[in-house]
Amino acid sequence: MKEADFLDNATLETFKHTGGNVLLTTIDDVIDWGRSNSVWPLTFATSCCGIEMMAAGASRHDFARFGIEVYRASPRQSDLIVVAGTIVNKMAPVLKRLYDQMSEPKYVIAMGACAVSGGPFYYNCYHVVRGVDHVIPVDVYIPGCPPRPEALLYGVMQLQRKIKLATIADVKRIQK
Amino acid sequence: MDQDKLKERITALVPEAEFEENKQFLTAFIPAGKLHTAAQNLKEAEDTAFDYLFCQTGVDMTKYLMVVYHLNSTKHGHSVVLKVKADDRVNPAIDTVCDIWRTAEFLEREIYDLLGIHFNNHPDMRRIFLDENWKGHPLRKDYKDEVNIVEL
Amino acid sequence: MKEVIHTPVKALEEEEYHINMGPQHPSTHGVLRLVVSLQGEIVKSLKPHCGYIHRGIEKMCEKDTYPQIIHLTDRMDYLSAHINNHGVCLLVEDALQIEVPERVKYIRTIIDELTRIQSHQLWWACFGMDLGGLTCFFYGLRDREKILDIFEESCGSRLLHSYYTPGGLMWDIHPNFQKSVKDFIKYFRKKIKDYDRLLSGNIIFMERTKNVGHLSKEDAISYGITGPSGRASGFSCDIRKHHPYGVYDKADFREILFTEGDTYHRYIARMDEMHESMKIIEQLIDNIPAGDFSAKMKAVIKLPAGEYYQRVETARGEMGIYCISDGNKTPYRIKFRSPNFSNLGVLDHLSRGFKIADLVAIGASLDFVIPDIDR
Repeated sequence: MKEADFLDNATLETFKHTGGNVLLTTIDDVIDWGRSNSVWPLTFATSCCGIEMMAAGASRHDFARFGIEVYRASPRQSDLIVVAGTIVNKMAPVLKRLYDQMSEPKYVIAMGACAVSGGPFYYNCYHVVRGVDHVIPVDVYIPGCPPRPEALLYGVMQLQRKIKLATIADVKRIQK
Repeated sequence: MDQDKLKERITALVPEAEFEENKQFLTAFIPAGKLHTAAQNLKEAEDTAFDYLFCQTGVDMTKYLMVVYHLNSTKHGHSVVLKVKADDRVNPAIDTVCDIWRTAEFLEREIYDLLGIHFNNHPDMRRIFLDENWKGHPLRKDYKDEVNIVEL
Repeated sequence: MKEVIHTPVKALEEEEYHINMGPQHPSTHGVLRLVVSLQGEIVKSLKPHCGYIHRGIEKMCEKDTYPQIIHLTDRMDYLSAHINNHGVCLLVEDALQIEVPERVKYIRTIIDELTRIQSHQLWWACFGMDLGGLTCFFYGLRDREKILDIFEESCGSRLLHSYYTPGGLMWDIHPNFQKSVKDFIKYFRKKIKDYDRLLSGNIIFMERTKNVGHLSKEDAISYGITGPSGRASGFSCDIRKHHPYGVYDKADFREILFTEGDTYHRYIARMDEMHESMKIIEQLIDNIPAGDFSAKMKAVIKLPAGEYYQRVETARGEMGIYCISDGNKTPYRIKFRSPNFSNLGVLDHLSRGFKIADLVAIGASLDFVIPDIDR
């Protein structure tokens, strides 16, 4: 990671300012380590990308190596929603509700061309939402139609990197 | 039954039927009023026995709307295509055939949704894909939607 | 003083109540929504609500040329992607009266059958998982990866290939193709015995599927239930037998027919189909003739004005393409008769009177692919 990125991390700055404490510096590390290595995705797939997501979870690609193991069927138990497939106008309110039902902290991966931008259904189509970011905020975009399971693994690792940058200080600021 | 015999059979049943040139299937235009009785007869008669509706399509021919029925007999193996015109573009209505072939129930809802052809006596005439408050019928040729469609 | 009215409280509710399954529900295999009306645990009636993945492919096709349409058919029934492509290619070839080389026909037939096997493997994996056996999921997807490797080698991608073009193939098969297919057949013949050991003879599985969701032959025809689900009820509807395309007329295979029509026989029909598919591949794989991988085609494909209908047998049943051409390079109207859409219509009829847990088994045995229902 670049030096500049490290400086963006508010935790490090705080600890630098206060001089730091072995116990306090490790709290963030422990929480982020825990969060990033036990991401529970929601079983949510609308079309073809869902099959590649299943393949990523199955024997050969084995999601579980990265701590993304338990697919949860209920949004209340999951931290990550992988939007795998096209989102159409009728589905958009449902997706929004699913996202709202998830508890904080929650993350979104837009998997595949349809979720990123509408993909092959961008033109001449009357019922497709052109990109899932019109409905919910997205953390990681994975292009491809459909992306290979390896691409999904890479995307998930990028998300873990992102999770590791989170701090308790940030959360407190949001709550205030 | 071969095509010529089927042609005679349908002419005897519906004298107004007009036939169209098609290499694959025998194609007959049936007046909308006589569709239900003709369809029932074709299914129940022993010599025709068209018990399998394998495709039902709505088409917008710009001058009129049309519903196409692809029928097959699993017993005899022959096929026929029936076509019904709906001249009224504002309130088109055709009799349902879903009491004859159960598969038509969903297919007719699809046609109603995408082309706006109403089927009389259908048990559940609602939109199937789009929202209840969606305006217009997308498969019509004059359908315009400036909000949702990005033209290429 | 007011009179107190005592309303008797019933220990057991007898009124119907409704529950909502989906659109986000793991056992509906996608975004299908079922509104189930129940009395206790018994399904009284059921209303499917579709359209949560309706992308309007038929409307898009009216603006697309024929080679472009192939890419959209991939995305309808993505588990039978090759077979859907085959349908469009046959439609164009028949309309233009192009004779494709024998080599192309052989390769297409083999790849179609591989597609069928991988689709059934995924169905088997999900069927087991829906009934609570997670092992099936890992077994099924492990073997499916082997077929995807073969596809990747020759077609260049795993899931959506668009390998067929009107007149032939995108490019020739990989030199390894024959060897890897033969290796796969050898491998899978061994592994499919595990499938049988794990589910087919399992007493819990049989209890949950036998005599559940019975469909008679008359109803199957009337509802238009095709594919293995229809054949389990005795409806002889195999397009490969009745209207052969490719080189199915040269291969010797059996149309799997049962008369029972319950969930268990829909399961067995698919298992037997995998054996038949392997049989077809074994007969053809050594006889691929040498030659071109594509016929000569014009750069712009225009179909003569008229109507065309083409049927192919996908892993889920009869897929029909009805095309009206007005002589332009884009079709005037194209309609995809999708097998899943017809199969969905019967779900209400099948699940009435059974428990809600049986509904999951019945739904899984019909093997829905939701984007094919909504298109």
